Amino acid sequence: MKRRDLFLATATLLVLWQIFAWIVRLPILPAPLVVAKTLVVELVKGDLWRHFLASLWRVVASTALSIGLAAPAGLALGQSRKLSKVFLPVIYILYPIPKVVFVPVLLLFFGIGDLSKILVIFLVLFFQILVLVRDQAAALRPELILSVRSLGAGRRALFRFVYLPASLPAILTALRQSIGTAVAVLYVVEFFATNLGLGYYIAFQGSTLLNYPAMYAGIVMMSLLGLSLYFLVDRLEKTLCRWQGQ
Amino acid sequence: MITLESVTFRYGTGTPIFDHFSWTAARGEVWAVLGPSGCGKSTLLHLLAGLLQPTGGRVIIDGQPLTRPRPYTGLIIQDYGLLPWATVRENAALGLRIRNFYGPDGTHAPRDYRPTLEVTPWLERLGLLEVADHFPGQISGGQRQRTAIARTLALHPDVLLMDEPFSSLDAPTRESLQGLVLDLWREQALTLVMVTHAIEEAAFVGQKILLLGQPPNREAVVLDNPGAGSPSYRESEPYQGMCRELRARLGGR
Repeated sequence: MKRRDLFLATATLLVLWQIFAWIVRLPILPAPLVVAKTLVVELVKGDLWRHFLASLWRVVASTALSIGLAAPAGLALGQSRKLSKVFLPVIYILYPIPKVVFVPVLLLFFGIGDLSKILVIFLVLFFQILVLVRDQAAALRPELILSVRSLGAGRRALFRFVYLPASLPAILTALRQSIGTAVAVLYVVEFFATNLGLGYYIAFQGSTLLNYPAMYAGIVMMSLLGLSLYFLVDRLEKTLCRWQGQ
Repeated sequence: MITLESVTFRYGTGTPIFDHFSWTAARGEVWAVLGPSGCGKSTLLHLLAGLLQPTGGRVIIDGQPLTRPRPYTGLIIQDYGLLPWATVRENAALGLRIRNFYGPDGTHAPRDYRPTLEVTPWLERLGLLEVADHFPGQISGGQRQRTAIARTLALHPDVLLMDEPFSSLDAPTRESLQGLVLDLWREQALTLVMVTHAIEEAAFVGQKILLLGQPPNREAVVLDNPGAGSPSYRESEPYQGMCRELRARLGGR
């Protein structure tokens, strides 16, 4: 994506927003400029940045945890038919269950702190990454494995030189897909039992204080959170998977 | 150099591909293994590479019974042998990187191995220097196969196994690579075993030709083809005769 295209897209969205605001003329849809002013005030004088940091921490921690556990598990499953036979059915049954429904259960077991929130997002991401990485590792051509084995590679070298680099694109694709989900789930988990985080901030400003410009400021920050993570993954993909774009 | 001692091999409980099959190749010979698809050509090569273990009997290479891939044996397959995410140079150095990874432990790498990643001379010899930073997806099939050859030869093998190495290439590329492999065979004092389904390739490359038929293979059918390997052999009468004979034998089965 080019910087210029990105700028144009942002500008277009802002113009559309402004037009809608003019048409609707209700407090629930303030104009972008009003929101921008509130955003600056909330960031400088208020504690919006604290909510932002809390949310950022939750998303980053849960994403790191998911990759750290799901990527090796997916690689192991993709490499070993035996492991796949045992665990794959379990995973396929668990995969489509909407993990958000476990919020009350996790709150009960892990308390109302950050841990339960991180665990909910982790549960959602874990399965997505696991399945993608497993499929990628399992799809490696047996000929490739054989020819690398003939160069003297045992299990460890195969892992290091074949399975790991081969699954990087899958990990990054999974990440990219997960970020949207993670931010959505973040909003849901920050609804419950907390007074910190963008989800809480948006809900509190919107439905308790009816401070709509502030609510939109929260939404803008949440979008920026997702967007910056998305661009980070994009950058990683460009550096680590140079071979794919060509 | 290579001895199959009464080797039996079957996949699962099916018909044995090889049934008490014995065969010997001397050091420095160049062999072509020819046969219809499903005759066990690739199986034979995988047995020689130590990637498959015989159900019965022994595979002996350089006096040692084979139980796992041997550091001095190189294997080149038809396609997909290169890492798509690594450049030509990185691919050529893959075998060395694997050796450096394990160190000279005698099983993954020879005991006297000295860690290195130097492949430039091989890239130069195989005409790959200008594409050294390209990825396999960006180069031609012939260049890909030359990369695989560079990768294998960088490990200084004494046995080179090739599994239908040129069958996906166009005729001029195939012929020039056949010539190149024969040059390298002479330069590097290799024992070369090339599996092929192409009669012309077997007749041009193989000074000895091993014919395989529908399994089970019990006896090694060997044809001598002493003129093979010289560039002008393709135009000669013995070559034509060998092609006719191979065609007749393959058709007669």
